[in-house]
Amino acid sequence: MSHSRDDADALLADTVRREASSVVAFLYRLTGDFDVAEEAVQEALVSALHSWRRDGLPDVPGAWLTTAAKHRAVDLLRRRARQRRLEGGLDGPLDSALDGPLDGPSWSDGLPGPADADDRVPLLFGCCHPALAVEARLALTLRAVVGLTTARIAAAFLVPEPTVAQRIVRAKRKIGSAGIPLAIPGPEELPARLDDVLTVVCLAYTAAFLDPSAAGQGGLAADAVWLAELVCATLPGEPEAWGLLGLLTLQQARARARFDADGSLVLLPDQDRSRWDHRAIASAERYLERAAVWRRPGRFQLHAAIAACHASAPTWAETDWLQILTLYDVLVRYDGSPVIRLNRAVALAEYAGPERALHEVDALAHRLSGYHLLHATRAELLRRLGRTDEATAADREALRLATEPVDRDILSARLAAAQERSAADA
Amino acid sequence: MKYVLMYTSRPDLDEAVPAERQAEVYQQIFGWFEKYGATFVDSGAELQGAHTATTVKAPADGGGPVVVDGPFTEAKEMIGGFSIVDVPDLDAALAMAREWPALVFPGVAVEIRPIVDHGEM
Repeated sequence: MSHSRDDADALLADTVRREASSVVAFLYRLTGDFDVAEEAVQEALVSALHSWRRDGLPDVPGAWLTTAAKHRAVDLLRRRARQRRLEGGLDGPLDSALDGPLDGPSWSDGLPGPADADDRVPLLFGCCHPALAVEARLALTLRAVVGLTTARIAAAFLVPEPTVAQRIVRAKRKIGSAGIPLAIPGPEELPARLDDVLTVVCLAYTAAFLDPSAAGQGGLAADAVWLAELVCATLPGEPEAWGLLGLLTLQQARARARFDADGSLVLLPDQDRSRWDHRAIASAERYLERAAVWRRPGRFQLHAAIAACHASAPTWAETDWLQILTLYDVLVRYDGSPVIRLNRAVALAEYAGPERALHEVDALAHRLSGYHLLHATRAELLRRLGRTDEATAADREALRLATEPVDRDILSARLAAAQERSAADA
Repeated sequence: MKYVLMYTSRPDLDEAVPAERQAEVYQQIFGWFEKYGATFVDSGAELQGAHTATTVKAPADGGGPVVVDGPFTEAKEMIGGFSIVDVPDLDAALAMAREWPALVFPGVAVEIRPIVDHGEM
């Protein structure tokens, strides 16, 4: 029976999400070489796609992938050992690994199977280690834990592919040479390190957030949700992990309403709330209740609580703005960034009117002058106050600074509408 | 794994620290070395101030090496000493470095570098 290309591609994507990082972690344990483990899995994925498209799908895709990756790892180790001998280097631990079980008949069946789910989270902590630059953490996580190709990562972050490849190579090299452990840190370091991990997962989601093609159930957004689920399953006693999972689930629940039929961005006040996924919203609420049990609030739980207020409101106008303002007031204690204060000002406009909100936004202007949403928010408030000329000037400034196509479209539409109105008034 | 810990500071900022406060932290540094005694391969050395440094530099254009007064870099940060430790991984080295008593002073830093492993002899 022959399978379509799409079947093979879809199954591979699914298998990658579920299995690839386990296989990386397993091979790392076996070979002690992160580079070899990761490269072997990448090569196995390429050959999997080729072979599954040609021969149809295997019965147990995960096992197929593990076996293929093991063979690649042996090849890679052999190649390197040979290279080393040619270079006159010392026969080190690589050779003893080669002479040991790796090369023996027990290699394919006498050894334990891929690491269990728990092994992927230690890998994630290693990839998100603070000794790596933030961009490197993100790229390495998507490559080694999620199993994305360098090309896909590059496309998601609008970065040239060689740049991403170089970040990954450098990060892998540093993990090996600097002795970065692939392990969940002890209780003393865990809160800070978990925050680093959750930040990377959140950044991965954000990259998908503004991409209309990623708004569906597949893609990078779903990968990020999957990562958050993985962390929760492994560290179920960490409220911030549940907070992030709740936040991402709420964002996903609104994903379908975020773009209209033409792929244009629809902002929250204008979204068709009947298109929200109410089952997902109910799940997210359960995650947040779970998080609240520990009474240890944090920025992800607070962001999620704000998103939950929006999710439970029947309309923009009927939103519980006082509740949202109160949550923002707590959130600024955990994250005092001016962007959070700007978001708070939007809620303040709904609760206390545009005049007071404009006052707050103007106070942030010197710190956010290069941020298009500061100017877009000012424009909206000025328009409500009837100061149309100033509003148009602010929208123009926002358009000048905006880089994302979806943002630029909205701003251009606003400017066009303002021009029409002023032409009608004249 | 073996790492070098490089203890650095900003001499211009160090000057502002009162002598008795410096002595206090110096005592804590002794305690720190005692606490981590077992991890040291070589407790290293505390260096004389940067004003005592002399540097031999590669010549800019031909000729032999050039001897110059002062440290090798113009940076404000100076390496004040170093030690070599043998610990399981970077996290263990980071845990030690985080407790370096002089980190209470502004401008102080500890750089951690793995040592090149030339194989077991």
